Amino acid sequence: MAMIFEAAAAQTAGQLPGATEPGSGGNAGQAIGRMWKAIRSNGKALTGSVLLALFVLLALFPWAIAKDNPSAEIYKPTLGPSTAHLFGTTSYGQDIFAQAVWGTRETLIIAVVSGVLSTILSVIMGLAAGYLGGAWDSVLNFITDVLLVVPTFPLLIIIVAYLPKVGVPGLIAVLVITGYSYGARQLRAQTLSVRSRDYLEAARVRGERRFYVIMVEIIPSMTSLIVATFLGTAVYNVLAAAGLQFLGFGDPSSVSWGTMLYWAENNEALQTGQYLWAIVPGALIALLGAAFVLINYAFDEISNPALARVPITRTRQLNPILRRLGANRSG
Amino acid sequence: MRYLLRRAVFFVLTLWACITLNFLLPRLMPGNPAIALLAKFHGRLNPAALKAIEIALGVNVHQSLVSQYGAYLHNLATGNLGVSITFFPDSVSSVIRGAILYTLGLVGVTTIIAFIVGTLIGIIGAWRRGGWLDSLLPPIFVIFTAIPPFWVGMLLILVFGIQLHWFPYDFAYDPTLTPSLTLPFIGNVIEHSILPAIALLVTSIGGWILTMRNTMITTLADDYVKMARAKGLPSRRIMLDYAARNAILPNLSGFAMSIGFVVSGAVLVEYVFNYNGLGYLLVQALDSEDYPLMQALFLLITVAVLIAILLADIVTVVLDPRTRAAR
Amino acid sequence: MRTDQAEWLDASWAEQSGGPILEVRDLSVCYHTKRGDVLAVDDVSFDLARGEFLGIVGESGCGKSTLLFGIAQLLSPPAAITGGSVRFEGTNLVDLNDHQLASIRWKKLSLVMQSAMNALNPVKTISAQFTDAMRAHGVTSRQEIADRSAEVLRMVGIDPQHLRSYPHQLSGGMRQRSMIAMALLFTPDLVIMDEPTSALDVVAQRSLMIQIKELQQRLGFAVIFVTHDMSLVSHFSDRLMVMYAGQVAELGATRLVFDSPRHPYSSGLLDAFPSIRGPKVDLTGIPGSPPDLARPPSGCRFAPRCPVVVDACQEQPVELRHVGDVLVRCIRPEGNGVVRGD
Repeated sequence: MAMIFEAAAAQTAGQLPGATEPGSGGNAGQAIGRMWKAIRSNGKALTGSVLLALFVLLALFPWAIAKDNPSAEIYKPTLGPSTAHLFGTTSYGQDIFAQAVWGTRETLIIAVVSGVLSTILSVIMGLAAGYLGGAWDSVLNFITDVLLVVPTFPLLIIIVAYLPKVGVPGLIAVLVITGYSYGARQLRAQTLSVRSRDYLEAARVRGERRFYVIMVEIIPSMTSLIVATFLGTAVYNVLAAAGLQFLGFGDPSSVSWGTMLYWAENNEALQTGQYLWAIVPGALIALLGAAFVLINYAFDEISNPALARVPITRTRQLNPILRRLGANRSG
Repeated sequence: MRYLLRRAVFFVLTLWACITLNFLLPRLMPGNPAIALLAKFHGRLNPAALKAIEIALGVNVHQSLVSQYGAYLHNLATGNLGVSITFFPDSVSSVIRGAILYTLGLVGVTTIIAFIVGTLIGIIGAWRRGGWLDSLLPPIFVIFTAIPPFWVGMLLILVFGIQLHWFPYDFAYDPTLTPSLTLPFIGNVIEHSILPAIALLVTSIGGWILTMRNTMITTLADDYVKMARAKGLPSRRIMLDYAARNAILPNLSGFAMSIGFVVSGAVLVEYVFNYNGLGYLLVQALDSEDYPLMQALFLLITVAVLIAILLADIVTVVLDPRTRAAR
Repeated sequence: MRTDQAEWLDASWAEQSGGPILEVRDLSVCYHTKRGDVLAVDDVSFDLARGEFLGIVGESGCGKSTLLFGIAQLLSPPAAITGGSVRFEGTNLVDLNDHQLASIRWKKLSLVMQSAMNALNPVKTISAQFTDAMRAHGVTSRQEIADRSAEVLRMVGIDPQHLRSYPHQLSGGMRQRSMIAMALLFTPDLVIMDEPTSALDVVAQRSLMIQIKELQQRLGFAVIFVTHDMSLVSHFSDRLMVMYAGQVAELGATRLVFDSPRHPYSSGLLDAFPSIRGPKVDLTGIPGSPPDLARPPSGCRFAPRCPVVVDACQEQPVELRHVGDVLVRCIRPEGNGVVRGD
């Protein structure tokens, strides 16, 4: 469900602040500048960006907010919330607040790293299939389509079931392989539609090498689609990683929101009245996901202004403007 | 019809790819963990079942890969999926048979409701731009899609189960009852599926709303909608017959993707509610390293998704006369 | 005239034509955009007599299509009518809401758009699209609907068996003609056409125009025909209106405007279409591009590109004035009496 924005982004990728017509590689820089300006003016994007920034801060400087060592089992177990322990303690005597804050780091790392890698893979697979065409296209596209259709969580479960304990890097690798397909498909579709445009023909006739054409001409024109892909994949990764960690994969002894949920479930937190232990990490996951979604949503509106909130235009409202424009008309 | 043919070919090819993936995975993994497991059960399984598992997992076989593959396909075709380790000595197929209806009911009904309600909200919201339906609901539900469904399940358990005692939150039906096709039992099942269904519904409906709303908005700008207005047709007819009817077509292909997502979410939701469906079985199989069951479940889930996609393709052909054009 | 055919002709046709059926006065349409407000149609006024064929020409962006949809009350946000009136058979359409407009729409005033592929619903058969128009206006008998559908198709030269087809199954020319047939279902008093021939090749264009003209003369409806192709429409129109930058530049009888255009823009347009017969002349275009309507120039809007511009042109906006029997928005129309032989 998180990938829905990319479809819309693909539709309108030609008309956005991020996409530009022919030219040289400088377009990417301009495009990002324009996008940044657009983000600042949209309420949803702003909220999402602020949330994301907050989480990044927590991930970078957790010691500034939470003084306790999150894994240290030094407190009295199963305490309720209090001034000493904002969210109480776990069954093992760990401070939940500290866990929540320190857990941001691992969760964010998983989301961002797998998001970036997944996007890179999407770009490679999508562009290669779209640009090279022919047999390459058929094979690459088929692989992508199959991975797209197969329900990802069951697939993830099967893969991690067979792997020996792989920890976080393994988790990331698995997420990347199962999650790149949606973005790859959108990028391939976009590449196909852009491929036949005249300015690419011109580049080819000029004798430019294929690699140059791809890097300098095609990719900058799809900046917004690539950003949308990254955002969508990030949400997917946050949810999938949380799900897997909830089941005990990755490294249950590390501190992240997913592992917190794992231990909470294992200790029957809900049934024993330790609500916060289960609720807090889930809420944080939801907030992080929401941040990405908000930015993506706003992005959608920015790239396709038709989708943005329209004030209902009333004729009377426009008359003052008319008067201003018609200053030197008679009657 | 060419369109349908292409989709059918894709269906067959993907099915083959998944079956083969299922076959290759255990053989690709470093140090097949199934070997140790099967050594334990060697004497206690009937030979046919043992053979089936060995073929499926690539253990103890002295045949070539190709003939293994052939045997594996043969087993699949005859429904010999081996014996479950968790539910020993029940066969995998019987274990699955006991759980499949619950998942089918939960996921099937939830998807249909999410599709219908989400699409309607998307249509009406796009038609009346600027109203509360358009400004509030889409963003709220879209944000909900970022929330882990299993966590929503946990919240629901907490509030409506533990605190308010409004709904049951454990298992697919009251464990003291025996499954039967009677009305009271079915009612009991429905009661037990309400909370899991809500968890799935709330987190998946946003996708439907957004995609329908977006395609609707683009469609409303199309000339034939203007033409319908010019003809003086009543508003509702334009909205449904002209705009929605066309806007829904690209969404049907999105149906394929979303089924995968709902199924994925259902696995953990079932786990959280101890809802004895296929997802719950999958997690149990995982915990007890029940590879035969896991493999079979994965294949079954994938096949179900593929069938749903094929159905959506058929509906597309019915609704869009352009796909029937001979090309 | 057969009796059943008579039923379909609007009662008002039986009246003697007294007075114009359409009076547009000071119509203005504004696009409310983020960059600012763009006045796409600026104070346009004209009358249309019963049965008259009016051609409106101009380059892309001059506001002619916007004017058309403004008259038909089919504008969508961000466009809106900001002033003026559109009196159709006595009633000001601008004041009416969709419900009140419904009884006029299609029965008295219908529309033909540029591309039938886009204007016809791709998932409904031709017959279904005819049917829902008729049902919306109270015709319920299946027999009547079937008969009338077949009849209008025959009028445009299409075999009624194509009623069962979907738009994508017809050829381009057939699609356009079925769209025209649909517009004639109730034999309206006025048919508005937005570049209906632009999507066709040259040969099909001409045959379609001839057919339209023939139908018009037979059934007696008025036509407003918008196009960028001045020479095409001039063979068929009674009057010609040239639009530039949202304003009427020239308006008068076709023969007068076409043979001796007064406004420098009109003659520039004509010079851009060489005639097939006659002496060879150098192709000339009109240099420059149309003004940005978000910030229109003070004074004459054509001044920056005008070959006969003087200082006085840019001092204040120019009004429409009579020059002979033609309305021209220019203070130097005399300098352009080039007679064209064609």
